Amino acid sequence: MAASEDIAELSAMVRQFADDQIAPHAGQWDRDKHFPVDVLKAAGELGLGGIWVAEDVGGSGLTRADGVRIFEQLATACPTVAAYISIHNMATSMIDTAGTQEQRERWIPGLASMGQLASYCLTEAGAGSDAAALRTTARAVDDGYMLDGAKQFISGAGTSAVYVVMARTGGSGAKGVSAFVVPADAEGLSFGANEAKMGWNAQPTREVVLDGVHVPADHLLGEEGQGFAIAMRGLDGGRLNIAACSLGGAQAAFDAALAHLRTREAFGGPLIEQQSLQFALADMATKLHASRLMLHDAADALDAGAPGASATCAMTKRFVTDSCFEVANSALQLFGGYGYLWEYGVEKIVRDLRVHQILEGTNEIMQVVLARSLVKGRR
Amino acid sequence: MNIVVCVKYVPDAQSERAFTEDNTTDREGVDGLLSELDEYAIEEALKIAEAGEGEVTVLTVGPDDAAEAVKKALQMGADKGVHILDEAIAGSDAPATSLVLAEAIKKIGSPDLVLTGMASTDGTMSVVPAMLAERLGLPQVTFASELTVEGEGVKIRRDGDSSTETIESSLPALVSVTDQINEPRYPSFKGIMAAKKKPVETWGLSDLGVDAGQVGQANAWTAVLETTKRPPREQGEVVADEGDGGTKLAEFLAAQKFV
Ligand SMILES: Cc1cc2nc3c(=O)[nH]c(=O)nc-3n(C[C@H](O)[C@H](O)[C@H](O)COP(=O)(O)OP(=O)(O)OC[C@H]3O[C@@H](n4cnc5c(N)ncnc54)[C@H](O)[C@@H]3O)c2cc1C
Repeated sequence: MAASEDIAELSAMVRQFADDQIAPHAGQWDRDKHFPVDVLKAAGELGLGGIWVAEDVGGSGLTRADGVRIFEQLATACPTVAAYISIHNMATSMIDTAGTQEQRERWIPGLASMGQLASYCLTEAGAGSDAAALRTTARAVDDGYMLDGAKQFISGAGTSAVYVVMARTGGSGAKGVSAFVVPADAEGLSFGANEAKMGWNAQPTREVVLDGVHVPADHLLGEEGQGFAIAMRGLDGGRLNIAACSLGGAQAAFDAALAHLRTREAFGGPLIEQQSLQFALADMATKLHASRLMLHDAADALDAGAPGASATCAMTKRFVTDSCFEVANSALQLFGGYGYLWEYGVEKIVRDLRVHQILEGTNEIMQVVLARSLVKGRR
Repeated sequence: MNIVVCVKYVPDAQSERAFTEDNTTDREGVDGLLSELDEYAIEEALKIAEAGEGEVTVLTVGPDDAAEAVKKALQMGADKGVHILDEAIAGSDAPATSLVLAEAIKKIGSPDLVLTGMASTDGTMSVVPAMLAERLGLPQVTFASELTVEGEGVKIRRDGDSSTETIESSLPALVSVTDQINEPRYPSFKGIMAAKKKPVETWGLSDLGVDAGQVGQANAWTAVLETTKRPPREQGEVVADEGDGGTKLAEFLAAQKFV
């Protein structure tokens, strides 16, 4: 499997949508902390709600290789909106791949259309990088499970209709974790305040509190004890998409910086004539190109189910999110004082991309994942 | 309800547009696209078809690249396409274009409704819909900013400067629509992939029984003698406010007859 033969047209359509419907508002959404659910719904109508989800339940049936190209285009307009769509897709495709036919038919059509939104709930206050140490419990009761605990930093929380929650049904460690679908209206489910953040303002981040939340047995995804593996499989693809969001954001910052240097006059001519600035642009372009190549390659590996794909995704996530943050930060520098002003949009990209080095596994954890695979002799 | 939507492939208004040596629009050296004003007609046709039963056929007259306009309409959701392609058509004026469109629509069948945009974004003449209605013997209902199908007829709203008209017509009819009528959709992933499998027919003048002597630049009723580039816009007048800024602004507006 590779990118579909239509990918150029699919990407061009997504870019047009991003240019028209997202880019003109991205700055204001950042400032107002506005989560544009109406625009997400419009994106869902185009097929962006279930990009890899099979078509029988309303998905688009595309490949990971398509996905990274699509997310790059979306993120040129706003990395934050694009990244939320990525998280929504991750949670949705976990139900698609781990769910029974009945579960797929119950939840996915609404999610694929983005009339309903999804959140991915793994992190806890005491369990971030060491996610397998999570302490939210799911106790078997007569007709299902009783969930107790709290999830931290949950994207989309409070707005989402569906929460995919990893909770402990068994002993300690990864093997004791199971995955559940918790609907927003479940009794005992509540949310913390929207966190004040450095960036990613166009989507809410909240604590999710589960206080004696009862779900029927058919809300368990897969079998007991499979939850951690399901969550990690979701993250392999999620990491590529987050990286693709960094690439789109960095490309937009680069394009803006290049245009700025052409018109900004100093020392008797346009700044673009300064060789040291040209060299900066050359380095930035190289990082963007290398990032793109790694992303496309890793997506192919994931599509092919290649052994070692998880390690490839980890190295790609780290390289791309680090390199693209550097590119965005360099673009800010090339803008001089204007780069520091909200109005010019570049500092927003820098703030947005910063968190991509932290979430969906910090970049240090990406080293851990890759190194573990190297030490075991798998690569 | 069978609907034919007439669409045009035009030079991208966002890029540099030019004329060729014979004073016709340069369609070779520029990026083209489906005239944005025609997207409203396509959207309206799709909405009507989706609300009931029927088929949307998209029709274009234009060079090879005009197939792109048909493709975009199919991606948005039209069912099939017809492309009238014939070298003899190059340089045709509005009467000739309307003739070709009329003959093509007769060959497609007898649609209940013919929809067009309010104008093309290159020529912006707005006359083809009226000429086409005349040639087809259909009522012409132009500049619709709202369209409802009611039983055997249509009702439209036409917004004027000082009044709003409600116009009813029997079907079949020709309706041209404005950019106020709806919000055209983007093609979805599914639409883009499905478009490749939709039927598109390409016909020449001989398929339509139109003689080459009735069309083309040589047979046009009008000819463009000369074109001049629009002069670059001049710097606006800056009024420095020395306490009398308001008065100066009012004087300026009065001198320009704005107030
Ligand atoms: C805006 C935002 C949105 C988020 N959205 C979601 C979401 O939707 N769902 C969700 O489940 N989570 C979400 N997260 C949580 C995110 O995934 C975690 O913050 C991340 O995994 C890091 O966990 P932590 O914050 O507990 O850091 P810690 O685990 O406490 O790490 C602190 C530092 O120590 C380093 N470190 C830790 N362990 C090691 C090690 N073994 N070796 C080397 N270095 C190590 C880390 O790399 C980091 O630099 C979100 C976070 C943010 C900021």
